Amino acid sequence: MILIHCPYCDEKRAELEFAYAGEAHIARPLDPSMLSDEEWETYLFIRNNPRGRHHERWRHIHGCGRFFNAVRDTVTDKFETTYKAREPRK
Amino acid sequence: MTRFSALSLFTKALGGHQSWPEQWPDAAPKPAYDAIIVGGGGHGLGAAYYLAKKYGITNVAVIEKGWIGGGNTGRNTTIIRSNYLYDESAHLYDHAVKLWDGLSQELNYNTMYSKRGVMMLAHNVHDMQSFKRHIHANRLNGVDNEWLTPQEAKAYCPPLNISSDARHPVLGAALQRRGGTARHDTVAWGYARAAAALGVDIIQNCAVTGIRRGADGAIEGVETTRGYIASKRVGVSAAGNTSVIMQMAGLDFPLESYPLQALVSEPIKPVFPCVVMSNTVHAYMSQSDKGELVIGAGTDQYVSYSQRGALHIVEHTLAAICEIFPIFRRMRMLRTWGGIVDVTPDRSPILGKTPVQGLYVNCGWGTGGFKATPGAGDLLAYTMAKDEPHRINAPFNLDRFRNGRLIDEAAAAAVAH
Repeated sequence: MILIHCPYCDEKRAELEFAYAGEAHIARPLDPSMLSDEEWETYLFIRNNPRGRHHERWRHIHGCGRFFNAVRDTVTDKFETTYKAREPRK
Repeated sequence: MTRFSALSLFTKALGGHQSWPEQWPDAAPKPAYDAIIVGGGGHGLGAAYYLAKKYGITNVAVIEKGWIGGGNTGRNTTIIRSNYLYDESAHLYDHAVKLWDGLSQELNYNTMYSKRGVMMLAHNVHDMQSFKRHIHANRLNGVDNEWLTPQEAKAYCPPLNISSDARHPVLGAALQRRGGTARHDTVAWGYARAAAALGVDIIQNCAVTGIRRGADGAIEGVETTRGYIASKRVGVSAAGNTSVIMQMAGLDFPLESYPLQALVSEPIKPVFPCVVMSNTVHAYMSQSDKGELVIGAGTDQYVSYSQRGALHIVEHTLAAICEIFPIFRRMRMLRTWGGIVDVTPDRSPILGKTPVQGLYVNCGWGTGGFKATPGAGDLLAYTMAKDEPHRINAPFNLDRFRNGRLIDEAAAAAVAH
């Protein structure tokens, strides 16, 4: 089981306390009615799915309950860093 | 290639089985082919076989970065069924089940397809309603599926605990009798041997590192670790690595790759006659011909290419198995492993053309690709040979994520695939 550092609690806890919440930094459209089908497809469905550095969201669901972002290597599953939501992409 | 028969077995036995030739040659890449299949799993080898057999395209290469059948083909729990809810899915998966029938004879290779039945347990009223809906939908599509009372389920699968004070009481079950299992390795080997006999080159230890496109955008060939190979037609059947390959062609795909774990117990005498799945409790199990209990469940929660998963997922799976089958509580587990499955947003595969001329894709089978092996191979071959999808795989196009015609089996089939 991987250990994850929650940037709010500032503690390293077991994966069991956390829920994965998908790719990070996918901005919600500001004006949904103006979006083309292609833009909707990109927003809703297209994912980076990289082999290597992955920006992703996690939620400390059995802790503080807050969402934060992380950078993890998808080949080794090793976390590079975790940072608070709203902080710029690392 | 020596044809397997009682006579050839007898003759070779006289020589102490020392004179069997290699089953197919280990090919080196040629500079160009009429068609290239990326990915030497069951699906890719099947596509190469059907290209050569049914569509007369024999100048074909299958390129595999590791060894054939070493990816998800060798890592799944070998379950075969076609009891999917929607018309499109039922036709797709039943096309495969029809091909499983007779596959051993066609390939002259024993795939050990055993129609032992796939039973899905209903533990609550919602399950009962949903399974009965599945049964009716399946029967309208000509797919066999029937409802069993708890007593009938127990008669079909004696280890089942149907007592009313069980933690997860069995209120009934849906049984697809044509469902069952097959030996996964032999599917890859059988297709490889049969395809090679028709002239297909099977190239192992050859990873794709780039995709070359011409000035008009069409496919020209693939760069590999063993040099450049030219081809106007490239079919990608790379499961968990599809996103990576597609990005080489400049395409972003609606896929995420997750680890899916499975495990086997120590071998025991035959006690478990069929495949049992419980979507609510979230586990499924069968017994292999070697006697091991083969157990699986859902994916790990995060995107990964590591081919291993977390222990707590296995723990959760085994807790579920122990609840439904208390007789297995003292079994010891021998091995656990993970494969990387490519999951689409609607949990249905993508099988057809791509926006790049000459580039075809077979991906997104998620946690349930093994059962579709012959069908996916056949349909990818058809699509590559005709440059248009067969009517069975036409709905499983890439455009559905743009036009909204999703085939949302995720909600309909709960978790197990």
